[in-house]
Amino acid sequence: MANFLLGRLLQSLVLLLIVSIIGFAVLHLAPGGPLSQFALVPGLSKEDLARIAHEMGLDRPLPVQYWEWLTRLVGGDWGRSYRDNQPVLAVIAGRLPATLELMGAAILISVFVGIWIGVMGAIRSYSLFDMLATVGAMVALSIPTFWFGLIVIYAFSVNLGWLPPGNRMTVGGDGSFLDYLHHLIAPALVLALVEVAIWSRYMRASMLDVINQDFIRTARAKGLPERTVLWHHALRNALLPMIALAGVEIPTLLGGALVTETVFTWPGMGRLLLDSLGYRDYPVIMGILMFSALLALLGNLLADIFAATADPRIRLT
Amino acid sequence: MTTAAALAPLERDLATTGNRAWRRFRRHRLALFGIVAIVLMVLASIVGPWLIPFDQLKIDIRHRFAPPPWGGHLFGTDQLGRDLLVRLLMAGRISLAIGFLAMIVSTAFGTLVGITAGYYGGAIRIVLMRFVDAMLCFPSIFLLLILAAFIQPSVTTITLIIAATSWMEVARVVEAQVRSLRERDFILAAEMIGAPGRYVMFRELLPNAIGPIVVAATLTVARAVLMEAYVSFLGYGIQAPMASWGNMLNNAQQYLGSAPWLAIFPGLMITLSVASFNFVGDGLRDALDARFDVK
Amino acid sequence: MKSENVLEVENLSVTFATERGPLQAVRDVSFTLHAGETLALVGESGSGKSVTSLAIMRLTPPAPLVALGGSVLFTGADGGKRDLVTLDPDAMRAVRGNEISMIFQEPMTSLNPVHRIGDQIAEAITFHEHISARAALDRAAGLLDKVGIPDARRRLSAYPHHLSGGMRQRVMIAMALACNPRVLIADEPTTALDVTVQAQILELMKELQQATGMAVIFVTHNLGVVAEIADRVMVMYSGAIVEKGGVVPLMTRPLMPYTQGLLHSVPRLDPEALGLSPLEAIPGSVPDPFRLPPGCTFAPRCRHREPACEAALPTLEAANGNHDVRCRRWRRLAEARA
Repeated sequence: MANFLLGRLLQSLVLLLIVSIIGFAVLHLAPGGPLSQFALVPGLSKEDLARIAHEMGLDRPLPVQYWEWLTRLVGGDWGRSYRDNQPVLAVIAGRLPATLELMGAAILISVFVGIWIGVMGAIRSYSLFDMLATVGAMVALSIPTFWFGLIVIYAFSVNLGWLPPGNRMTVGGDGSFLDYLHHLIAPALVLALVEVAIWSRYMRASMLDVINQDFIRTARAKGLPERTVLWHHALRNALLPMIALAGVEIPTLLGGALVTETVFTWPGMGRLLLDSLGYRDYPVIMGILMFSALLALLGNLLADIFAATADPRIRLT
Repeated sequence: MTTAAALAPLERDLATTGNRAWRRFRRHRLALFGIVAIVLMVLASIVGPWLIPFDQLKIDIRHRFAPPPWGGHLFGTDQLGRDLLVRLLMAGRISLAIGFLAMIVSTAFGTLVGITAGYYGGAIRIVLMRFVDAMLCFPSIFLLLILAAFIQPSVTTITLIIAATSWMEVARVVEAQVRSLRERDFILAAEMIGAPGRYVMFRELLPNAIGPIVVAATLTVARAVLMEAYVSFLGYGIQAPMASWGNMLNNAQQYLGSAPWLAIFPGLMITLSVASFNFVGDGLRDALDARFDVK
Repeated sequence: MKSENVLEVENLSVTFATERGPLQAVRDVSFTLHAGETLALVGESGSGKSVTSLAIMRLTPPAPLVALGGSVLFTGADGGKRDLVTLDPDAMRAVRGNEISMIFQEPMTSLNPVHRIGDQIAEAITFHEHISARAALDRAAGLLDKVGIPDARRRLSAYPHHLSGGMRQRVMIAMALACNPRVLIADEPTTALDVTVQAQILELMKELQQATGMAVIFVTHNLGVVAEIADRVMVMYSGAIVEKGGVVPLMTRPLMPYTQGLLHSVPRLDPEALGLSPLEAIPGSVPDPFRLPPGCTFAPRCRHREPACEAALPTLEAANGNHDVRCRRWRRLAEARA
């Protein structure tokens, strides 16, 4: 177990290094590179810019610059937003709760609904339910999330008036839990749509694989009721690969959250990225890019560790 | 000559596999639906605008927000009084072209990376596949938007940016396939008679990995159409007055209450085209997947 | 000899619905199983022997995928007779793992990898006998001890991957014996094991049978195992019984050419002593179940066939005493050999 952990940790660190190189490359892709944050400041002459470039070390060789940038990053200095001069990490931290709330709600929905649909589809494979679920999942994967959001707003906010068309809470409202929940329903459902489709597909395949295994026949031969056979014996095994899926799905979910946030004016990281793009706030943009990759890596690592602890077979190897 | 003789049975195998694959593919009704829908959409986008008596750019302020099917505007008009149907078809040209082009670029690049990693193995494989893993850590939409914001948008740059963020799946699929093929007898035979690496890679390995590549490529079109729509919807993609399904939705949000058709039709077109490519990709996967031969 | 019948199988047939149409895997199988005896069910793969045993347990896929015909009369511990083919699912579940239990060929995959073996044994006990989980675990420890697993109590909390194949098969046997069944169906329980382990498991099964008095249906393709363990033998070919009888007459004087062929293909050290020619395989292969020959299904591979063999399927007729054979020429062949 300790070896396994160490190996996975090392692997993640290597990935993190490559991720940082990609991030550094994208940063230098920006018109004017890291210097561009000063390009919009009025009253700076060419000489001033050259001086700043020298002070920032931009005239030094790229590997040296990369090293400096990386050490600053590791040290927690992610730069300052040039919009309000706040530290980038603080800006991101301010928006993180809203995004995590949205993602958490969507994960909850997609895990439960997706697993249920997948299991039912596997038990009754090739039934009408299974076929509808299969086609439904493929269509759900084809609907642009932002457009689905618009349609939901049109139907439930504009026409029916049941749900608020956006925001995390009523402006000037009492900020009660119910108010938050009311605002959360539509964006969480919209974000969950794609994830439900993905989870149900994987779950169906995994469950089908498991219910054809010998030990399921053994469980039936013991005379156990079908309910116990499926939900106690089959599901535990079928869920094991799903834990890894949860880790792999984090970038997709984060991307989906960004899309959903833009449509529902949800004050999370996605919204922050879009605002920063509009302001050309490169330090924040870079920060979000690196932070999202970090989140994905962390999620993957946690999923692997969790999967290892959930599977008794991995413990001894 | 020796290789040709050695490969003859394999080619016969491939021919019968192809036949069976086609039969199974035809059985897959959704895939057939997808193909028909794609052909119709492509044809309509190419030919359609000539058959409709409205110009896509003609602004007609008196007939703004005409609901469908008012006065021959089958799908209504937009906030500038332009015919929505002809704009949808013109946008289809752009959106589908970007989808296909991005697929070609990303599939070519992904295949190259995958085949190189799978064939050479060792350090080359580790470096390349770790790079793929790292790229997959970023939510592709984040990368896409940031690149689009940095780079002056045009059909070419948008296509390249989408390709740059969608080649990883293909690379993974090809690498896995090549790695498993590499140990098979006919590749060893080719190497033993001294065929050069490039020859083995492109003449022997590539044709045998073509099934998974085709499936991944089809699904990449679907993905690329979605990506383009989203980037353009946010204003970082295709710029007005050129129409794409995404940027047509750009303004639709503010007119949701009064002119919902502006949001509904472009979204339906995106969904229809993406679903069609997904259906075809799924059908191809069933058809080409050897595991289904058992039963 | 007291011969109470625990199982009376009458005209059992099993038909699978497949893409190519209905496939009859078991045709018109009838036999009885006496209390405490061991009946070996022998045949090549695809002969229908495993399907027969699964059908008795009603573990074949449900209708419409599979249709069962005929009847399987089971006499319970209370003396009541029930037809397992038509028994309602809940009542069938009460029989399974309780009065009739089964062990399988692949000990490596037949145990659930994510549950402790103690729980896997105990859950059958708690389900059938409604005793506390603690009491069930106690009994599981006793069972593990009985099947020769050392340090049984500690092994309760082991996972299947901690155990070797032979140990896992012992666990499977413990699980099957948990509720003192009247019938144990063993579907090739030793096939996947090493030869030495095979012998140990066979020895264990014999011991346990003597101790508990349960009847055993032993499904196998290994005639060496049959000679060692069986009281009676039933040979299947293409889904039908082709010969059945006591183990000694059947194995020393087989009447059906197919059984003779099977015995010939067993490697042995003293072929002459038994009047057999050295190892020889049966020519040809098992017929395509979708295109069974109209007559005797073995006729195409039989070197004693005559035109009449290929015209109609012979009936299973009593040769002498309890020895039945499905061959129109058995009498002539027996005379010729004598």
